[in-house]
Amino acid sequence: MTAEATPLISCRDLSKVYRMGTQDVFALRGVNVDFVEGEMTAIMGPSGSGKSTLMNLIGALDVPTSGELLIKGRPLSKLSRDELADLRNETIGFVFQQFNLLNRATALANVKLPLMYARTPVADPIARARECLEMVGLGTRMDHRPMQLSGGQQQRVAIARALAGRPSLLLADEPTGALDTKTSEEIMDLLTGLSSEGITVVLVTHEPEVAAYATRQIHFRDGQIERDERRAS
Amino acid sequence: MKFGVAFQSALEALISNPLRSFLTMLGIMIGVASVMAMMAISEGAAKQVDAQIAQLGASNLTIFPGASRGGPRSGGGASDQPFTESDVEQIKQEPFVTAVAARISGSVMVVSGEDNWSTSLQGTNTDYFVTQSLKTSEGRLFDDREASSGAAVAVIGKTVADALFEGTNPVGQTIRVNNVPVEVIGVLVTRGQSSGPGGDRDDIVIVPISTARNRILGGNATVARYVGSMEVGIADGYDMTTAQEQLETRLREIRRIAPGGTDDFRVFNIADFVRARSSTQATFGVLLAFTAAVSLIVGGVGVMNIMLVSVTERTREIGLRMAIGARGIDILGQFLAEALALCLLGGLIGSALGVGAAKLAAKLGEFPVEISPRIAIIAIGASALIGLFFGFFPARQAARLNPIEALRHE
Repeated sequence: MTAEATPLISCRDLSKVYRMGTQDVFALRGVNVDFVEGEMTAIMGPSGSGKSTLMNLIGALDVPTSGELLIKGRPLSKLSRDELADLRNETIGFVFQQFNLLNRATALANVKLPLMYARTPVADPIARARECLEMVGLGTRMDHRPMQLSGGQQQRVAIARALAGRPSLLLADEPTGALDTKTSEEIMDLLTGLSSEGITVVLVTHEPEVAAYATRQIHFRDGQIERDERRAS
Repeated sequence: MKFGVAFQSALEALISNPLRSFLTMLGIMIGVASVMAMMAISEGAAKQVDAQIAQLGASNLTIFPGASRGGPRSGGGASDQPFTESDVEQIKQEPFVTAVAARISGSVMVVSGEDNWSTSLQGTNTDYFVTQSLKTSEGRLFDDREASSGAAVAVIGKTVADALFEGTNPVGQTIRVNNVPVEVIGVLVTRGQSSGPGGDRDDIVIVPISTARNRILGGNATVARYVGSMEVGIADGYDMTTAQEQLETRLREIRRIAPGGTDDFRVFNIADFVRARSSTQATFGVLLAFTAAVSLIVGGVGVMNIMLVSVTERTREIGLRMAIGARGIDILGQFLAEALALCLLGGLIGSALGVGAAKLAAKLGEFPVEISPRIAIIAIGASALIGLFFGFFPARQAARLNPIEALRHE
């Protein structure tokens, strides 16, 4: 990975301020950072350091107080709520700590869900969902409901769901936070594999073992980047 | 918005919590069922009234002697000048009049052999068969010659025939009406019960008016060729109100009533009478249906309440759907579809229950119900509208959620 590659995401002087009562709390203070395609980045830092805020901004789930965020060169501040929804659907895949699966739906239906919201319809959503479940090694458990699956398997379903829309960016917020060590390793191997296939992966974690899988580590403190290190791959 | 997706998600959500879905639907079901039942009963009553009017003769006016006292009572006080055959003939001259049935009625005892029966006697002319559309099932009606000559013949109703002859053919038999022997020449086609004036319409003996006057009931001491009342058939399409006014004018001339003087006769439209009485019933029916509609709205509030709870409970799901690309309108559609599906299903089940309730009521209460598909469509359509109306607010609340806050919701 080289810094000269086209940045998939550019953060320009990003700030996010929350108003707590009469006080302004800076979650992010003028952050400048780029994420290039195919890179796997771990964002680290203590609670309240701004790492989750940055994730939400990159994920087009939240808007910055000031500064600009560009995804594939498109400034997000120019996009409407609906356009942001479409961007999330087409470009971004989310993996959450709590998996966030629909418990009443099968694994297959969960993976299919983002395809149901696609503006350009996918020819065969079921086939696509199957393909994604096979990719995460759950080809035999497609008709299971989340409650019938282990935590690791549930997170795999969530990853398959994130992949269903063929995103260029995968955002994982503490993806191993609810998993044991062994399962965490499996999930991280899976994410590393996806990264090597060209998907840009950004993950938030406070576990150094998890962060070690990434080719780049960014440390946050008090809403600012403290350290930004690339590991030679 | 993808409507199919919204509906599918909605159904999945409803099926996943069947008891709650059912209880939410219950309000709508009860509302629709009661609207259906009330409307069925009220329309049934309306139809019965129409049938009664048709039976009474929708184009007949009835004339009684005596000053107006507000109701059709046969006969008149001693001071009233009675009608005579000459009045009947003069009324018949009016161009809009098709038939004038002269009537004398009274209660009689009829006897045949050992059997006797108390019934009502109608002495009349052949025009009566026209105004009342009478036909015989056995034998024949009397003709004009028999009517004017005062022949000792009678046409009897089915009830009388059954009471006196039980199965054997009465035609050709002689019965004694108040001890006067008359020959039965015909039995009327049954006309059934009437909740209007008359009760059992088959409990009747009809004889020529002169026979009734001269032999059976006795005439009037003061006038010859006495007539108790008249039933006037009005030409088809002729305005009944105009006919009534013209008859009143004509009768004032005949009876020489000075302008401004009090009429000593009354002209009635019996159909109007029945209508006036039934309009009270109709108002009552509409009132009941309105009450039922209120319960439908209460059911809608119940749906809104549960939808609000559902939105709160599923905040994380909403956040997730937004994160993976659902637009606000997708979320709105999903929850609106849920409310709509609840109400539509409730409406369908409710209308089935309503039909059942109406039929049960008809059976137990022995009154007619009229179940029209029109009411079902209106009731189900109304419940769908209620679903959209009361579902909109919770759905909009869901669609306006901030994705981050929704995802963090516990």
